[in-house]
Amino acid sequence: MKSLRSVGIIGTGSYVPERKVTNFDMEKIVDTSDEWIRTRTGIGARHFAADDETTSDMAAKAALKAMEAANVTADEIDLIIVGTLTPDMLLPSTACLVQDKIGANGSAAFDLETACSGFIYAMEVGRNFVATGMYNKVLVIGAEKLSSFLDFEDRATCVLFGDGAGAAVLGPVEDGKGILSSELGADGSKGMVLKIDAGGCKMPASEQTLKDRLHYITMDGSEVFKFAVRIMGSASLNVVEKAGLTLDDINFLVPHQANMRIISAAAKKLNLPLEKVQINLTEYGNMSAASVPVALDQAIREGKIKEGDKTVLVGFGGGLTWGACVIQW
Amino acid sequence: MFDKVKEIILEQLGLDEDTVVTPETSLMNDLKADSLDAVEIIMAFEDEFDIEIPDSEAENFKNIGDIVAYIESKTA
Repeated sequence: MKSLRSVGIIGTGSYVPERKVTNFDMEKIVDTSDEWIRTRTGIGARHFAADDETTSDMAAKAALKAMEAANVTADEIDLIIVGTLTPDMLLPSTACLVQDKIGANGSAAFDLETACSGFIYAMEVGRNFVATGMYNKVLVIGAEKLSSFLDFEDRATCVLFGDGAGAAVLGPVEDGKGILSSELGADGSKGMVLKIDAGGCKMPASEQTLKDRLHYITMDGSEVFKFAVRIMGSASLNVVEKAGLTLDDINFLVPHQANMRIISAAAKKLNLPLEKVQINLTEYGNMSAASVPVALDQAIREGKIKEGDKTVLVGFGGGLTWGACVIQW
Repeated sequence: MFDKVKEIILEQLGLDEDTVVTPETSLMNDLKADSLDAVEIIMAFEDEFDIEIPDSEAENFKNIGDIVAYIESKTA
């Protein structure tokens, strides 16, 4: 068996819809307050897609930017993986819709559903296809239109989420660079703490499921919070160790953007001050699978991640699932 | 046990160590902890005393005395 190739990110892109909804706007929709949302989550606003704008529309926009940054054309893309829990439709997959929209006709395409860990899972799957030499260019995307699945009568969840998309092109890089280590995990025994009850085969859409508001996201907040604080810290430390590095080697953290207190706890575990952490939940809320790639794209475009840096990406989500990796730039 | 519990609570909430805390003190009413502060404090107890405190139990804690009694029952 020939040796595995080093794989890295050769370009990133992101897209967040125009319509900005502040906490003050949310006060008019549901019984909440800017102060309550800010002190408990750190979120100040979120962006919602237009009524006729879908997950695949946003994904395609982010993808084209990533391809431009990577200097890669649509016919060079071998595989498209979309991490999303809010697909345009149940069939076909969002990845197939994206393929058509960006004109990557020769590629394979599929979706992957690990909720907020979607992008990190997609990256790890894509990395293995490139590492083995099966493919050269893999487009990985995290994209969500969560606003379609929010219960605007549930103040505990509807203030937390936003819409958006982020993408990266993976390809072979010189040895010693790229993704140095990674960890993926899941704990299905805690699956019911973050869920959408109806719309699957267990509970197909019916008059009753609509009446009972079962097509929206529900969450056991304190269980998710506990899980998140612990797993973000331990997964981050694990990938640093697996890469043969110490905490002093890590320059920057790109965490999932669910809650400022969870991010602070992860940063503390990695001994990183908050200036070394990309934070965008103040403006975008939790965009699930899109949070990490949008934050990563921003950090790169703002010049916060430089050649030679070592960055940790870490996320957690419904499933429950988690993922982390170390990238050498 | 009470002193250790008090120390963890004050550290988690970022309060002065001379803050007056008695078994009758309530986390939320007296120390102004919000729901997430409470979860973080529970997690700190779980880590410190190597126990698990389910939400269904935590919801019944009225004051610090209840917390100390629960932890003592689990670590005895």
